[in-house]
Amino acid sequence: MNSQPPGVVSSPVAADVVSPVAAAQRRAPRARGIGRQVVPWAVPLVVYALIALIGPFVISYDPVTVKTSQRLKPPGTTLADGAYAWLGTDQVGRDVLAQVVRGARVSLVIGLCAVLVAGIIGTVLGIVAGYFSGALDTVIMRLADIQLAFPSILLAILIAAVLGPSIGNVIITLAFTRWVVFARVARAATLTTKEREFVTASRATGATDGRILVRHITPSIVAPFLVIATVEMGLVIIAEASLSFLGLGTSASLPSWGLVIANGRDYLNTAWWISTMPGIALSLVVLGVGVFGDRLRDALDPRLAYKR
Amino acid sequence: MGAYILRRLLYAIFVLWGALTVVFVVVRVVPGDPAQLIAGSQATAQDVQALRVRLGLDQPLPVQYIRYLGQVARLDLGESLRLNQSAIGAVGERVGATAILALTAIVIGMLLSFPLGIVAALRRGSAVDSMVSVLSLLGQSVPNFWLGLMFILIFARQLRWLPSAGIGGINHLVLPACTLALPLVGILTRLIRTGMLDVLNEEYIRTAQAKGLAHRTVLVRHALRNMLIPVVTVIGLQTGQLLGGAVIVETVFGWPGVGRLLVTAISNRDYPIIQAGVLCITASFILINLLVDISYSYLDPRIRYA
Repeated sequence: MNSQPPGVVSSPVAADVVSPVAAAQRRAPRARGIGRQVVPWAVPLVVYALIALIGPFVISYDPVTVKTSQRLKPPGTTLADGAYAWLGTDQVGRDVLAQVVRGARVSLVIGLCAVLVAGIIGTVLGIVAGYFSGALDTVIMRLADIQLAFPSILLAILIAAVLGPSIGNVIITLAFTRWVVFARVARAATLTTKEREFVTASRATGATDGRILVRHITPSIVAPFLVIATVEMGLVIIAEASLSFLGLGTSASLPSWGLVIANGRDYLNTAWWISTMPGIALSLVVLGVGVFGDRLRDALDPRLAYKR
Repeated sequence: MGAYILRRLLYAIFVLWGALTVVFVVVRVVPGDPAQLIAGSQATAQDVQALRVRLGLDQPLPVQYIRYLGQVARLDLGESLRLNQSAIGAVGERVGATAILALTAIVIGMLLSFPLGIVAALRRGSAVDSMVSVLSLLGQSVPNFWLGLMFILIFARQLRWLPSAGIGGINHLVLPACTLALPLVGILTRLIRTGMLDVLNEEYIRTAQAKGLAHRTVLVRHALRNMLIPVVTVIGLQTGQLLGGAVIVETVFGWPGVGRLLVTAISNRDYPIIQAGVLCITASFILINLLVDISYSYLDPRIRYA
């Protein structure tokens, strides 16, 4: 970047002021551009997904066995049984790396399921509200307003506290707290699409509401849905870890990252690695999701593009 | 203006009523018997029944609901089941600590994000800009509770500069407030950078520069002033995150605020406290957003509410 001649530095500013004609000319090669813009940033997420799916088979984790002789060993210790503890061991001698790898799967499963459930429920409600308007719209959107009055993690804490810790309950809790964003976005997209000429034309040729919803409205929601789903994925993964940290997430037999971090809290003085390692994994994943989400939004919705 | 405030106030009351109802539904209607949960698994059937009568849980739901709304209106959410104190009293004692923590976090957030965002915008594309954008992404990605633990590990345990828990002087405030501020710094920096880039392209900035105003004057009087509205809006929207984050940060740092009270109450199944805590935080959130809406017309005289 420093090697550029001084004059070039100001060029991105000029590129912001794009005439409508130039924008239209640009649009043609965009479809090809999207792949190039987005795909490389998906690599860290694919690596994460592979670790979550395959990792637990490679590095086995035994939640029950307690090996007090090898408790609180620092990262890089060779244990008595010849195993190498890359990330050290915890207070009862369990391998931290194995817990981190197992935790990757927990947060991936919960993140995907919660976003999917919230996304489907929210999108359907949003489309219905936007397309049919009237009383239904009012009821759904006022419900959304009320829910937005809660800090979402607070609502999650409240529901999780009542439901009790388990994977299923965490998914229900997080889906319940995140549907609103999807509903709002789907409603907004539906409102603009249903006024477009091709929808009117379709209706004039006798298309039913069902056909219009499936053929015209739903495709218009795909792009914003993908962007929101990515952003929400990061938020849900953090929310799950936070709930587990408070003891309201997964049950203790499944090492969620939040749970492992909470376990290490009492050993910060003697064994810093127990809390540190899963937190690094968690931050990297959320960072990866965030960067990918940014690129995806830049590619799919140029109006919101981050100026680089 | 008066009519606008009245309308907003009515709307806030509607949302508050909705929130009250949601809390009622979650706590009373969700499967599971609160009386059984509170009494514990060893309790006899008679004990549970007695508790049920004491809490009014033997009444039909609509009756419970009306009674509950009446109690809230009188600011009486019952006695804590463990603390030997009224639920409202327990929450009231701790509101101050949470408010101090949240306000300090907002101040730190603004103090850091304005310079960072402005520098990044003025030196767009430079190494500084890249560093700021990495920092802002990190701020939004690193989970609060883990960041707090890392702060404790580094600044309290290793360097021994600051206390790791409790409340006291400014010293005790530094770590929790910084932990809470970081996500806000991430979001605001980005917002200010983008906003500055937009504003700097405006005609009136060129005019101000053309008529020979000092660089600093253009920046402060013309560019920054126009940044205040989006920043205040986002701070208002982020209060929810901030108050939710406070619940977790207070737990990590043993900060005696509403959040920590709430988390303790949850593990004790102390329902009156849970209700009071959730309502207190939600009401603050609604109130702050009301204030943000009203403050627009002071920040930007062009905005008038009919």
